[in-house]
Amino acid sequence: MKELVIISGKGGTGKTSLVASFAALAENPVLADCDVDAADLHLVLEPTIRRREKFSGGSRARIMSGHCTACGKCEEICRFDAIYFDGPGNGRVPKTFRVDPIACEGCGLCAWFCQDKAVEFAPAVNGEWFVSDTRFGPMVHARLGVAEENSGKLVSLVRTEARQVAEQRHLELILVDGAPGIGCAVIASVTGADFILVVTEPTLSGMHDLGRVAELAGHFNIPAGVCINKWDLNSEVASRIEADASRRGLPVLGRVRYDRCVTEAQIQKKSVVEYTDNAAAEEIRQLYQAVHEAVSSTSPAGKQE
Amino acid sequence: MKIAVASGKGGTGKTTVATNLAFVAARAGRRVAYVDCDVEEPNGHIFLKPQFESTSAVGTSIPQVDEAKCTHCGLCGEICQYKAIAPLAETVLVFADLCHGCGGCSLVCPVGAITEVVHETGEVQVGSAGDVRFVHGRLNIGQPMSPPVIRAVRKAVPEVDLAIFDAPPGTSCPVIESVRDADFVILVTEPTPFGLNDLKLAVEMVHALKLPLGVVINRAGMGDRETSAFCRQKNLAILEEIPDDRRIAEAYSRGEMACEAVADYARLFERLLEKVT
Repeated sequence: MKELVIISGKGGTGKTSLVASFAALAENPVLADCDVDAADLHLVLEPTIRRREKFSGGSRARIMSGHCTACGKCEEICRFDAIYFDGPGNGRVPKTFRVDPIACEGCGLCAWFCQDKAVEFAPAVNGEWFVSDTRFGPMVHARLGVAEENSGKLVSLVRTEARQVAEQRHLELILVDGAPGIGCAVIASVTGADFILVVTEPTLSGMHDLGRVAELAGHFNIPAGVCINKWDLNSEVASRIEADASRRGLPVLGRVRYDRCVTEAQIQKKSVVEYTDNAAAEEIRQLYQAVHEAVSSTSPAGKQE
Repeated sequence: MKIAVASGKGGTGKTTVATNLAFVAARAGRRVAYVDCDVEEPNGHIFLKPQFESTSAVGTSIPQVDEAKCTHCGLCGEICQYKAIAPLAETVLVFADLCHGCGGCSLVCPVGAITEVVHETGEVQVGSAGDVRFVHGRLNIGQPMSPPVIRAVRKAVPEVDLAIFDAPPGTSCPVIESVRDADFVILVTEPTPFGLNDLKLAVEMVHALKLPLGVVINRAGMGDRETSAFCRQKNLAILEEIPDDRRIAEAYSRGEMACEAVADYARLFERLLEKVT
């Protein structure tokens, strides 16, 4: 079983549209959408949900205003500016302390140190995850709750479930749509994967962000390749990115031209390769061929767990 | 006043809006700071080209255990919600990358064996780009946690009348950390199904934070009309529509400011500034 993760560093380079086309081109893939706080792959793949589970990544504090004596200990020790002195009064004090659930990082110190046992500290539901069927194969995806944390844990869970689905159904390839950036959700998307495809665009921002993602791949010792999407937007920067990639030892596996059909396909809920046979679609097919070869040639022994 | 520029979807034009707003505000004589909170992939410097005056290392306070004092009572491991400290029979292991820096272990240790040291996870730089004060942060490669670096960026904002926060994409903790003390949030989107889906999530997030918001539709004309329909239906103000103009995309690709490269756009950002301040 091989796990191919598609990331970009910079957002909006066309990652998800490419993953949708790869899903159409791959032979019996399992799909995993790891961009859990702004997931879009389902808009094209239209999954039918077969299994739905709650996700709890940690606990959260809540002050029971009836028990609070307004001593202020919780506010003093909280390092996340999550305690506010604007809770409702009770018989003893006119105002009580309150936890801002959005700022709370679930450390639990307020509950531990409250002398009045006024803080309830219980597992929070941070989101949901799903195992679904799509026209291209099974898909594991998730939705992080609004303004929630622990996206890294949810990403790890999505990948674990995707691997289980692949094992149960004897499927050989997992396509992972990753999140933008280089932080926890991205690290959780790539650790232990077989290959990373970085989708970039020919802009100075794209080039800057590619550099940081390339370093991340190197840091975790995962083989990676690059695709320059919308390359004709600025062919000079595209060439500079190619030079930069080869200096970093990253193969450029394809170039895909800018084409309005990408947006049109999205509106029709289709992948580009299903929607059209034009030159952009052909470049995506060639890209997938190159990526497939690169993924197939990675050695299972080189895998970092 | 603090204005945050955010979006659910990446690549919709947050940095274009934030940098151009800061630029026209400075040109109008306002004391303004541009604050890049996308510490995972900061890009504002590419456009504003600041000169930096200071660089400081930032990070999380993590525990350091004095094994000579430790009695192996195990309380530190019990209080830690992040599995960042593991008291074993003979020693205590600290996993720096998992630590959120809450300080619980040092507070709970009955023999004072735990002190805190700074685990460096990034840096914050402060400088100026012409009349725009400039602050950004950079998360070190391989570090998972951006919120502490974003917190440090926020604390480094100089005294100004208007601070413009350029948030990272998404709707989870790094975004919350970037927009939570803003007075107004500009959500930048593009009129496509992906843009709309992520706009809906971003609107929910801003509502959860109880902050006022307005929408900027970038690349107007590239997709469908669903985004404007959604904004009307939900009573969300569409502050500006930036046309899908190849000249802007090309200026962006070269690291140039839209309002300098295409003069007509200066007026658009001036109007936007007036509406939000």
